[in-house]
Amino acid sequence: MPNASSGAGADPLATAAAEQHPGAQATEATEAAGTTDAVVTVRGVRKHYGAVHAVDGVDLDIRRGELFGLIGHNGAGKSTLFKMMLGLVPASAGEIRIGGVAVGGRDFRAARRAVGYLPENVVLYDNLTGLETLHFFARLKGAAAADCAPALERVGLAQAARRRVREYSKGMRQRLGFAQALLGKPRLLFLDEPTTGLDPEAIRDFYATLRELRAEGVTMVLTSHILAEIQERVDRLAIMAAGKVQALGTVQALRERMDLPLNIELRVAAVEIAAVRAALAGLPLLAVGDCEGGLALQCRRELKMAVLEALTMLAGRVSDIRVREPSLEDVFFGFAD
Amino acid sequence: MEIRQIATIAGKEFWDRLRNRWVLAVALVFTAFALVIAYFGAAQQGAVGFRSIEVTIASLVSLVIYLIPLIALMLGFDAIVGERERGSLDLLLALPITRFELLLGKYLGLAAALAFSTVVGFGLVALVLARQLDVGALFHYFGFMGSSVLLGMAFLSLAVMLSVFAADRTRASGLAIALWFFFVLVFDLLLLGALVLGGDGYGSEFYPYLLLANPADVFRILNIFSLDDVRTLYGLATVFPPALAQPWMLGGVMLGWIALPLVIAAWRFRK
Repeated sequence: MPNASSGAGADPLATAAAEQHPGAQATEATEAAGTTDAVVTVRGVRKHYGAVHAVDGVDLDIRRGELFGLIGHNGAGKSTLFKMMLGLVPASAGEIRIGGVAVGGRDFRAARRAVGYLPENVVLYDNLTGLETLHFFARLKGAAAADCAPALERVGLAQAARRRVREYSKGMRQRLGFAQALLGKPRLLFLDEPTTGLDPEAIRDFYATLRELRAEGVTMVLTSHILAEIQERVDRLAIMAAGKVQALGTVQALRERMDLPLNIELRVAAVEIAAVRAALAGLPLLAVGDCEGGLALQCRRELKMAVLEALTMLAGRVSDIRVREPSLEDVFFGFAD
Repeated sequence: MEIRQIATIAGKEFWDRLRNRWVLAVALVFTAFALVIAYFGAAQQGAVGFRSIEVTIASLVSLVIYLIPLIALMLGFDAIVGERERGSLDLLLALPITRFELLLGKYLGLAAALAFSTVVGFGLVALVLARQLDVGALFHYFGFMGSSVLLGMAFLSLAVMLSVFAADRTRASGLAIALWFFFVLVFDLLLLGALVLGGDGYGSEFYPYLLLANPADVFRILNIFSLDDVRTLYGLATVFPPALAQPWMLGGVMLGWIALPLVIAAWRFRK
């Protein structure tokens, strides 16, 4: 068993915290991490269960202070990868480092003190109150008991602090789980499907908190199956399928790499449709079809401006134009298939 | 190893049992049974009222030998598998705590709850009987209490071990019942059967040693050998070599029964 040293100097992620403040020696911190600015490095990681290759050779760098999304179908390997990064499941091959420290290695306990984790469908103890739950986790994380009440406040559970978790709704449990993850001022957060069970208002509050944390320099890795929700909020994302990272980058970069066509919808009165179709004949479009209330067009991204310019000439006949960028869903299914 | 982490886990387990009144319920059961046995244990012989500490202890031993293993197994069978099945184990293991610390903390917390119930439950009876007991009798009674605590610890250790091995809670509870049947009912029958079949033939001198392979039997021997009157009540006493009946040695065997399942559990739980 590794002997933990709880001093801040020995805490590999504390150097990450120091970098956010003026005067901190950033170069030292990055050199200690071994790679430039990566808080989590995944190198050639595999996980085999018999003949099943749950994770089949993954390389990944998660950068300091970024909000990183991990998406994929069920069974794509993202949960297994998540658990390996947390040290819950040993890798069959390869290496994962958190703040420069090998997961499961000698100094991993110290690194873990700076890590917060919110599991999917978090299960807490029904017989404890919200505050008692946080006290329990605070003791195990080496955080001060005085941090518990503010953590509850931050997730909007201050009123329910002395109620038993048994009486909590699913959304409240999820928020309590999030408060637990925030204890001990983590520099790295792992959030597995964190908005499950939250209502839209709570989801908005949750992402507002994530933005605050990012401003404080906290690195976050999250999974979500609600792609529309994640695509507006993550800095970068990895799409996993069949145990491999199929694509990695910003949402914009992935869209461009996929070269998905733009969808343009025109609102056109029924009597004008034939005339508009005729006018479109000369444009470099990929497809023209009917849709409710008008016409639907597809064109290549790089021709967006030229096509829009031509369409404005039809202002008398076209009452409205809607341009729809390809969603992450389109990108996701493009890569995963 | 960090004592603080172990103490946090153990503290939670103990307070959970205190708060849900498990400790109170078990202590009351022990008190009630002990009082009934002390005052009415001789009713079959037509006498009512406290007779002697030796007869009382002998009766208590035959009760406790069924009851404590059952309570200990029920207390510990889901220690790990319960957390795993509910889905709270991953969250615990992602904290700065090692698997060994978690396991040991769980065991110690549950052991403290069981020991506390045992000591309070039987201790109350000692208070009630105190006027009728001399120092020697009290010494025997405290010996009985101490060995009861050890018996509970040993079966709790077995329970925690199977909670690590079992795939789910249902199987763990089935295994717990099976373990209870084996050690409390079947083991002695098998041994007696073997003794009867084998007679005084070659190897029969090893039978007494086989009794050490069952913590319930070790408990029985620990108690009956300290009481001269009682020894004659039990057939087993006559076949057991006095050299093996040293309390310190039997206590050592009991400690082995506490440590060994825990070591196996820790080995299995390490990954």
